[in-house]
Amino acid sequence: MKSLRNSFAFILMTVPMAVLFFYFHTWPALHGIFLSFTNWNGFGPYHFIGLQNYIDLLHDKQVRHAYVFTFEFAIVTTILVNIVSLSVALALNSKIKLSRTFRAVFFLPYVLSTLIVSFIFNFLFSNLIPSIAQALHLPFLAQNILGTQWAWVGIVIVSVWQGASFNTLLYLAGLQTIPEDVYEASNIDGASAWVTFWQITFPLILPFFTINMVLAAKSYLQVFDQVVGMTNGGPGTATQSNTFVIYTNGFGGGELAYQSANAVVFLVILVCVALIQVRLTRGREVQF
Amino acid sequence: MLRRTKTNWIAMAFLIVGSLCILFPIYMAIMVSVKNPEELAQSVLGFPAQIHWGNFQQAMAVTHYFHTFLNSLFITCFAVILTVLTHSMVAYAIARNMHKRFYRYLYNYFFAAMFVPFPILMLPLVRQMSHLGLADRVGLIILYIVYGISQNVFLYVGYLKSIPMELEEAALVDGANRWRIFWRVVFPLMAPMNATVAILTGLWAWNDFLLPLVMLSNPNQYTLPLVQYAFQSQYSTNYSLAFASYLLALLPMVILYIFFQKWIVNNVTKGAIK
Repeated sequence: MKSLRNSFAFILMTVPMAVLFFYFHTWPALHGIFLSFTNWNGFGPYHFIGLQNYIDLLHDKQVRHAYVFTFEFAIVTTILVNIVSLSVALALNSKIKLSRTFRAVFFLPYVLSTLIVSFIFNFLFSNLIPSIAQALHLPFLAQNILGTQWAWVGIVIVSVWQGASFNTLLYLAGLQTIPEDVYEASNIDGASAWVTFWQITFPLILPFFTINMVLAAKSYLQVFDQVVGMTNGGPGTATQSNTFVIYTNGFGGGELAYQSANAVVFLVILVCVALIQVRLTRGREVQF
Repeated sequence: MLRRTKTNWIAMAFLIVGSLCILFPIYMAIMVSVKNPEELAQSVLGFPAQIHWGNFQQAMAVTHYFHTFLNSLFITCFAVILTVLTHSMVAYAIARNMHKRFYRYLYNYFFAAMFVPFPILMLPLVRQMSHLGLADRVGLIILYIVYGISQNVFLYVGYLKSIPMELEEAALVDGANRWRIFWRVVFPLMAPMNATVAILTGLWAWNDFLLPLVMLSNPNQYTLPLVQYAFQSQYSTNYSLAFASYLLALLPMVILYIFFQKWIVNNVTKGAIK
């Protein structure tokens, strides 16, 4: 009797949330997959067109370009964010003064709105840098790079500026799990800092490296706020990310079903990327 | 990296340069916001002869700052409180029943959803929500609670493994029921993870842009980031006004961060190790 009441309590604790989750998350996702096989533009009747949307996607220059941009951006940003945040974490973990102040400064970007930070960097690239470059007679930087083929660099910079903070924190947490005596042993053996890092530190924090790579790749493949704040997809369509295209064309361009097909492809790609990342690093993790 | 007794000056130099990179855009934003257009044209980074607080006043009027601030506050507070109360409970039921198939599947279901990108549900979701009459602040709160569950159940279940079951069993023997045990014994014990989840949810709901952008149809209900986007055209080329508005939007979180910096960093780190 008592155990029955017990199981009933557990059911009551979970089932309502599971139902809500299905209704507000899984259901619209399934609906999106369903719509991707139709020609619905958001209004009126529609009929099934099989894989036509998917076939059209293959020939869509705007979508193809969005994928290329999204991947180039995500790869460069993921790598840079991890290099920067691991370097900062190593520095913060070493014997330094004012470590608490430094930690507070490096984590600050995490509490700021990505969109507003992007607006601030937009001004920095479009006004401040060109005016300084003009004063210093540097013709290359004298124009607003957000209006040139280098606009993506600006988006990478703002993403690294903000994104590195959270990853730094994760790496720092990882570094602090390494016991002191591991370093002491390496010190006695006379290993250089470089060798110690690659032979000892890095293998020990590999689980944190994996999670950082997966999280960073996932969020940068879905980049949106930075694009809106910095370039709004421009110049032309040069910096339109895939999420940006799905939002803009799906809501404003009457391509609801078509962009749903695009989103399904996106889902498959994201899952594959995550699986590959986990597979690549699995089995190399070292325990102590 | 190597823990010598001496200060590592190379690391210090690197951190100082890094800190300047972090602080420079914020310094620039402050300098832009306190000038009038003529002064801004002369120099972006220099101090103005006189600080123009009027920019902030004007920005507050343009964006209906207090109203917008309350929208953000309302959404964030409810999202945080309801998230902590419900997700801890769901995670507790899952963590204590992992040997049963239903709960194991439920855990995997929530976890797998972490890999579903938002764009795939975005288009049908907006129609579904407006159909329900929930394309508003309340709907937004519901979505933050629902969409946070993947990450939070993962964090809570990890943490619950470290809480021994003896206490609960003792309470069970004393005749307390599960609800009582959860609220009186387990929930207080999870305080550190409650704090982590509250911070992560709060930052997410406060700073989010895409979800309010697609969900809120009534400008009266706009959040602080969304107003900055919606009012782009009103700022036109008056950068000082725009920047005053940006800083006003960032300010509440920065103030909270300055006061609770150590607590926030420690709790987010705790979540990270789990």
